[in-house]
Amino acid sequence: MLEYLMLLLTASAVFFSVFTGNIDKLSQAALNGCGDAVSLCITLAGSMALWGGIMRIAEKCGITRMLTRLLSLPLSVLFKDLDDGKAMKLISLNTAANLLGLGNAATSAGLRAMSELKRTGNDSGKSAAVFILLNTASIQLIPVTVASLRQAHGSEAPWGIMLPTVITSLLALAAGLLTANILYMKGESENADDRSRNNPADDDSSKDQKGGHCRKLLRRRKG
Amino acid sequence: MQMIVPVIILLTMTAAKIKKVDIAESFCEGARDNLILAFELCPMLIFLMTAVSMFTGSGAADHISSAAAPLTERLGFPKECLPLALVRPISGSASLSLLDKLLSEVSPDSFAGRTASVMMGATETTLYTITLYYSSVKTRPDPKVFVCSFAADITGFIFAPLIVRLFFK
Repeated sequence: MLEYLMLLLTASAVFFSVFTGNIDKLSQAALNGCGDAVSLCITLAGSMALWGGIMRIAEKCGITRMLTRLLSLPLSVLFKDLDDGKAMKLISLNTAANLLGLGNAATSAGLRAMSELKRTGNDSGKSAAVFILLNTASIQLIPVTVASLRQAHGSEAPWGIMLPTVITSLLALAAGLLTANILYMKGESENADDRSRNNPADDDSSKDQKGGHCRKLLRRRKG
Repeated sequence: MQMIVPVIILLTMTAAKIKKVDIAESFCEGARDNLILAFELCPMLIFLMTAVSMFTGSGAADHISSAAAPLTERLGFPKECLPLALVRPISGSASLSLLDKLLSEVSPDSFAGRTASVMMGATETTLYTITLYYSSVKTRPDPKVFVCSFAADITGFIFAPLIVRLFFK
């Protein structure tokens, strides 16, 4: 996907420059671009390192644990259908790490949460979608990268966008959750119909063997 | 709000003293890991920044923005941010490069500059994230997941200029 993007960007650049006669600008841009990338990295390296250091201290003081515990209640509301405690803990940890801007910790917790969801057969349902949504909607309290980029370009108030960013990400998350609720509402009733059509004898056991049913359904789909 | 970084540094160091956490060692550990991260980011960034530079330098970005400008202006969306909106769900490094370019062309405190910053911070590289998580468990991602995540991204892009206007009249 990334390679197609590169191809598209480069092709449109060459095409447009030939079309508008900006060929000099194009070669200039190519040579400047690589230098700009290194400057950008140096700019970001400083603030990333500072933030990484401060957050590591905070982690050792237990802030991630505290935040994880605080988040488990609101998150359990989002994951009403998920009855897997281990996955919930990992999802809370993943969200807490994302909030604090700890990319590595967030990804490792997230990957573990995903494999736990797969283990209990929840990886293709609403819970997985909501979990992925929590990651793609990027709820980050302190946008260090953006702020340091703004500062580097001479902003007078680089952190002024912090609150607007948090509000916008929450709105984006809300929209995603609404979409998930709509999409998976119909899906669940369809699944229930499928299940009762294919397994009339299992109807009574369906209420207390949710995980088993998901696995049966997956096996049937694969077979 | 500008005080946020110094305040956080102070709070963290105070908490560390109370909890008897070694400040210097922990800081260097975290800083070192992130320095390595920045270093590892560099090659891909060079690759993408060159492509993005050519894209914006050739005027292709301006042409695309201007083409869609009548529609986006009516929605209150600054046309300079359009390439960023298109690229954001696809590649984090490309969006970073585009943001850098954008902020060098318009003031970071302008409407477009602020909107772009909010867009960047409020959304994530959707395709990469979905691919990462689903490929780790070797499951094909449900199309519904894409729809939900894109709905979130689009909402973020639509609301970014509105919220910015709300905060910075």
